[in-house]
Formats: sequence, structure tokens, C-alpha cells
Amino acid sequence: MIAILDYRAGNLTSVERALRFLGFDCKVTDSHEIIRASDRIVFPGVGAAGKSMENLKLLGLDVLLRERLEAGVPILGICVGLQVLFDYSEENDTRCLGILPGSVRLFPRDMRSASGEALKIPHMGWNEVRFRGSHPVFQDIPPESEFYFVHSYYPAPTDPTQVVGEVDYGITFSTAVAHKNLVAMQFHPEKSGPPGLQILMNFCHWDGKAV
Amino acid sequence: MLSKRIIPCLDVRDGRTTKGIKFKDNIDIGDPVDMGRFYYEQGADEIVFYDITASSDKRPIMLDVVRRVAETIFIPFSVGGGIRTVADMRDVLLAGAEKVSVNSAAVLNPDIIRQGAEAFGSQCVVLGMDVKRVPVSEKIPSGYEMVINGGRTYMGIDALWWALEAERLGAGEICLNSIDADGTKTGYEIELTRLISTNVSIPVIASGGAGEPVHLADVLDEGRADAALIASMVHYGTYTIREIKQLLMDRGIKVRKTW
Repeated sequence: MIAILDYRAGNLTSVERALRFLGFDCKVTDSHEIIRASDRIVFPGVGAAGKSMENLKLLGLDVLLRERLEAGVPILGICVGLQVLFDYSEENDTRCLGILPGSVRLFPRDMRSASGEALKIPHMGWNEVRFRGSHPVFQDIPPESEFYFVHSYYPAPTDPTQVVGEVDYGITFSTAVAHKNLVAMQFHPEKSGPPGLQILMNFCHWDGKAV
Repeated sequence: MLSKRIIPCLDVRDGRTTKGIKFKDNIDIGDPVDMGRFYYEQGADEIVFYDITASSDKRPIMLDVVRRVAETIFIPFSVGGGIRTVADMRDVLLAGAEKVSVNSAAVLNPDIIRQGAEAFGSQCVVLGMDVKRVPVSEKIPSGYEMVINGGRTYMGIDALWWALEAERLGAGEICLNSIDADGTKTGYEIELTRLISTNVSIPVIASGGAGEPVHLADVLDEGRADAALIASMVHYGTYTIREIKQLLMDRGIKVRKTW
């Protein structure tokens, strides 16, 4: 069974629906008992870093997430579920979980595309991700696949060996990271059509072992 | 680089699409769930469902459509039409929509934008704008006025002012519909789209007037739109989404081409 962490973030059901569609048993839950009994954990998220950290602490999920990480359970972070894994987020000036070294920053103002068009914030829509390495979760993704993004803050990991995917939007930033039994991505695989579903499928079959 | 989005819009009344939609292979289906699935597989980047159900007691039918759509398509979709309160927004989002669009309710009560953004996040709140060209005046300096009731009621509100105000209140995106261009199939209103899109910092979806793929190219390029809404040109099988995207690529416009 897959536990989808319920920390009162928006739209948890879209991940649930995608996993069900792929034929996997899952449950949106904040129960420590159920989460401990699960084979893998999805840490989704739509919302602000400040409120997310507040809720995680309130529900004791910050400690539990660390415990399951140490236990070797495969964990998938999505969007804010990626962002709060780092040390710090500029959004609401938030101290985060500190599981991954690095921070989360607001996009610079006045970014421009190659053709000089002013770039909007949030970064909303489909963008091409360049995956690198041979991590099992990011296999069988057709070349030039695009993924759905919606965010105003971007991850800035300090350990380059943890970066497995990059994307360009005014700047180049890391959009997928992997560390031991943890993978996390800024885009929404549950809203990215077939290549997104492929990533979810890969995660559900992953033994949690790094390459 | 971010791709420009192509977004089919389906009008739904009492749980069925309103037009006998025909494709090239001549299937005629009225189920919005099947239609959504079809466009998802065709490469739509997002889908809009617009509920034109006249009576509010039939709203549960639409919510059921939303739930069924959410189980079968895995791209973002939004729902608009008849959204008047934050409770209406919550119903639609809980049923599985990514975004909810408010239009005349927001003109009449702008605070619904702020309330919606606070409750669900700006990324969920799309402001639908129906706009008509009018003579430039002190009250309407941009020459574009907000209208409701399908263009029958002029609101005395400048469209550019309203777009900026809605952004300030927390709208995450604007769906900009030109009532003048709507239904003409002679192209989007480029000037209006460019005016709004270059002045706000949130994404703008151009709507109204699409008849040929070149119209999308024009509004995405010269009009600086971030996305383009299409309806009859795909509903009647005149063009496929892939054909439209091919023309856009030929014009050097970045679109999503793998799915």
C-alpha cells in the first residue's frame, strides 16, 4: 500500500486518482500507524512552504518522514513536497526539513526568454525536463517529454550529485533530485500526461535503491 | 522553455456537451467525459469545461462530470460557469478540477477572487473576462469595457484596470474573451490580448475568434498570449490538435509535441 501524506495541502486527490488509475492501492492519510505500515510514501503538495511546515510539525509528520527515510522506504516528493525537503525556503521565510542540502528561492524579477519576451511568474505550464543519470524512477521517458509546472519558487540544491533533472525558465534550475530512497520533483507527474504517469509507475516499482 | 498551451473548451449543459460534436471519422458523442479523454489523447495541454446549465438545482450533474473527468485525464483541467461563491469553488476543486474560473460573479463581487486565492491558492483561481471594444473615454481609457450576460450588460469598468485589479486580488491566470471576436472565426482580438498580457504578470489565455491555426499563431506571437482557447475548429473535426501544433511549430512557436 502507498501512503499519500495528508498534511492539509491542496489537491491531494489528484495523486490518489493517478495511482488508482495505474492500479496501485493507496490512501490519503495522516495516520502514523498506516504510514508506518505502508510500502512507500508519496509526499505531495500544493500550497505555501510556511503553512506546509506548520501542518507537518503539528501532525508529527516531519519526524515520521525522517524515520521512514532512515528505514529505507521509497519516498516521492512532489512540488511543495520537494521544496520543504531542503534547509530553507524564501517563501514565508521558512526553515524547512533539512533532509536535502540547499534552499528554495523566488524567481528573479524581469526574467526574459531567449527571444526577449518578459517571463511571467508563476512558472505555469508545460516545460521540457533534461534528465541525467540512470535513476530507475526516470527511465523510459520519451525524449523531449514535457511536464506540468506551477510554482513561483524554485529549488536550489547545493549537492550537485543529487540533481537528476534540470529545466530552463529564464534561469536553469534543478527540477528533479534523488538521494538514497528519496526522489522528488518540482513538476506534477500526476498532471503531466503519459510521461508523468510513467514516472509514477516507475516509482511504484522502485525498490528504493539508488543507482 | 515553457510551451504555449492549446486548450479546447467544451460547453456542457445538464451533463452533456451542447453541440453534436463531430470528428473527421464522424463519431458523434455528447459525453463530456469521453470528449475530455479524446482531447487528452490528442495532445490538448489543458481542457476547459464550461457549465452553461441554466438551473442551479442541476449543479450536482456537473460535479459528477468533473469527478468522472478527473478519473480519466491526467492533465490540468478547469471548470467555469455559474461559480458564484467560495463554496461553489470548493465543490468543483474537491470533485477534481485543477482550476476554477470566475467571471461575472467576480465583476459583481471582486472579493470572491481574494477569498478563493486565500482558501485554495492563486494557481486555482482563473479570472474569466468578457470584453467589448468601446470608444476611449475618461471612464474606459483602454477602449475595452467589461461586459456580462454574454455582452448585453456593460459594466462601466475598464478591462485593463480590471485585469490588474484581479491580479492584485490574487487571480492566478486570466482567460480573456473578446465578445467582438467570439464566433466570428476570423481571428482572436490581437490588440486586446497584447494589451492585457503585456501589462499583467500572470498568464493570459486568449479566447474568442479562432477559426484557423494561423489565428492561434498570431495571438500567441503578436498577441503575447500564453495559451489559446479553441472550440468549434476542433469540435467539428476541421483541424486536429496535432495539425494546429504543427503549424505553430512551423511558425517557430514552442508547443508540447510529445505525449
